[in-house]
Amino acid sequence: MSALSGWGQYPRVQAHLAQPRSPEALRALAQSGGTAIARGNGRAYGDSAINSACTIDLRAFNRMLQFCPDTGQLVAEAGVVLGDVIATFLPRGWFPYVTPGTKFVTLGGAVAADVHGKNHHKEGGFGAYVDWLDLLDHNGQVLRCSRSENPQLFQHTLGGMGLTGIIWRLALRLRPVSSGWIKQTRHVARDISHAMALFEQAQDATYSVAWIDCLQRGPAMGRALVMLGEHAAPAELPAHLRATPFALPKRRQFHMPITPPSWLLNTATVRAFNALYYWQGARGAGRALVDWDSYFYPLDAILGWNKIYGRRGFAQFQCVIPLAQAEAGLRALLAAIAAAGAGSFLAVLKRLGAQDSPLSFPMAGYTLALDFPVTAKTLALMQQLDAITCHHGGRIYLAKDSRMARDMFHQTEPRAAPFAQYRQATGAAGAWASAQSERLGL
Amino acid sequence: MSGSAVLILGAGSDMARALAHKYASAGHDIQLAARQVQRLAPDQADIALRHGVTVSLHEFDVLDLGAHPGFVQGLPSLPDIAICAVGLMGQQSESQTDMQKAALVMRSNFEGPACILGLLANAFEQRGHGVLVGIASVAGLRGRGSNYVYGASKAGFVAFLSGLRNRLARGPVHVLTVLPGFVNTKMTEGMALPQRLVAQPSDVAKAVFAATQKRREVIYVKPVWRLIMAIICALPERVFKKTNL
Repeated sequence: MSALSGWGQYPRVQAHLAQPRSPEALRALAQSGGTAIARGNGRAYGDSAINSACTIDLRAFNRMLQFCPDTGQLVAEAGVVLGDVIATFLPRGWFPYVTPGTKFVTLGGAVAADVHGKNHHKEGGFGAYVDWLDLLDHNGQVLRCSRSENPQLFQHTLGGMGLTGIIWRLALRLRPVSSGWIKQTRHVARDISHAMALFEQAQDATYSVAWIDCLQRGPAMGRALVMLGEHAAPAELPAHLRATPFALPKRRQFHMPITPPSWLLNTATVRAFNALYYWQGARGAGRALVDWDSYFYPLDAILGWNKIYGRRGFAQFQCVIPLAQAEAGLRALLAAIAAAGAGSFLAVLKRLGAQDSPLSFPMAGYTLALDFPVTAKTLALMQQLDAITCHHGGRIYLAKDSRMARDMFHQTEPRAAPFAQYRQATGAAGAWASAQSERLGL
Repeated sequence: MSGSAVLILGAGSDMARALAHKYASAGHDIQLAARQVQRLAPDQADIALRHGVTVSLHEFDVLDLGAHPGFVQGLPSLPDIAICAVGLMGQQSESQTDMQKAALVMRSNFEGPACILGLLANAFEQRGHGVLVGIASVAGLRGRGSNYVYGASKAGFVAFLSGLRNRLARGPVHVLTVLPGFVNTKMTEGMALPQRLVAQPSDVAKAVFAATQKRREVIYVKPVWRLIMAIICALPERVFKKTNL
């Protein structure tokens, strides 16, 4: 037994972590009788990948098995880390279609959470580029699932948080790119309606995301920097980069050396940081050429940045509000956050596109994500934010959740009951569970 | 050196896998040798795909001495570097009561590895170049009550490598002895080890790769082990026998 937690380091749960290395060992764990959950690189923020009786570490299954240069289809084991896919295939002109904000996720984890990126409004989620999966069930059988083979199981596994079985292998389609650079355009938004208008005008942009100052009240509430991006062609690069369009400029990596005391992070420091970030960004508005690593994974440069919130850990609140209610919902959320004075260094706003899935997070609307150090006050605030989300017809992202109450989950998720019924009917309910699924009754 | 082949004996271990990736990333073709070698087909695909090199699989049982010459002949090419990562820790409690089990530990860590490297040494010498790498253990530097059967077999291997190096010193064939301290592998899973002394398999791979480039003779992976072992080896036997290490 050891203490396991997600990326937020909250909650910490005493759990047995099994580390199978062979197919036989993995099969034996799948059939062991009790409940279990697969775990990748521990990048879900809360308790999605923890089962105190049996958490199965898939990281030894990290082999890439096949690549077809005609279709861009990569077959790989679920424990392969997205960054390794990029390291291997970007030099050959391929990049993931969808990437979350860190390259340290495993492919299996990305499927289980059906993660989205800055292009969801245009290109959909991670699952849209998965051609098939090999799922290990509780009888030790490997089931090939795809849109044509075991389609129901396939759809319930994309975004199914590992609750349908162990994702073992998958076929992922990659995107052809002609350089590792992104053309970025930065716009300054005066307030939340301006930010939303910029997003709506940018529906054709491949990538769009906004950083939002979550401590502003009054007329400047929701002031933001909206960043759009497109893959750059070699001809668009400055001359000295054109010969090696996939090379990454040397970038320093930092480790968080210590866990800072939690008093360091208070309303004043967060307010100062946000103001500084906004004015610096506003001054530099316009066009820039950004390498893929800095563009998609700015936080990956600081290894262990999750320690900045101190020993008690942190929680991320991420909800999505449907389009029709988005502005009212976002205004209510921002007002509650500013009133509580519990801002976050990084508040991210993003337009999502429509998606119809059994449990995946995205829907046509706006998603807001913020980090809070875990305290009694912020936990209460997040409950208040849950209620606002619910009131506006939105829902919470399970990959980020570590603390939502069961009632609230079922109020926001009419899909939860049919998903649970599907698990009952297939026998998955007795075999796969996480601390999160037990907390939420999934 | 790039493009030349590296043979990894005992290729199924975590350390061996890390070594294969390290050498492949430098452009070497890889020959993976192990028992039931087909189970390594995913690794074969992975190494080839990531690094764009040729990777071949070869059935090899270190205990089957009679099959060793045929194994060497069957390789697609005589490798430029041969790394022996074969090892069996066993359980000391079993090794001191069941002599069959003790013998298996000794044969797996000493007899088998020494014989295959001896054979390869002769072939390398005849060809005129080559590097031999033996993954031994700090446990081979002084026998301890808690694992002396394993330690003694590794000690035999250390002495063999040292003698082989001495014999070949005036020729073009190089011999490297690797003394990893604790490494986070399947072998040490579940052991309560002081984490500051534990290396990752990738650390071992990096250290071995650098050492073969620089033609070092004996390396520890974490430098602190050199100090620890110097102290352990310096203790008078009268004192040492009462320790509980």
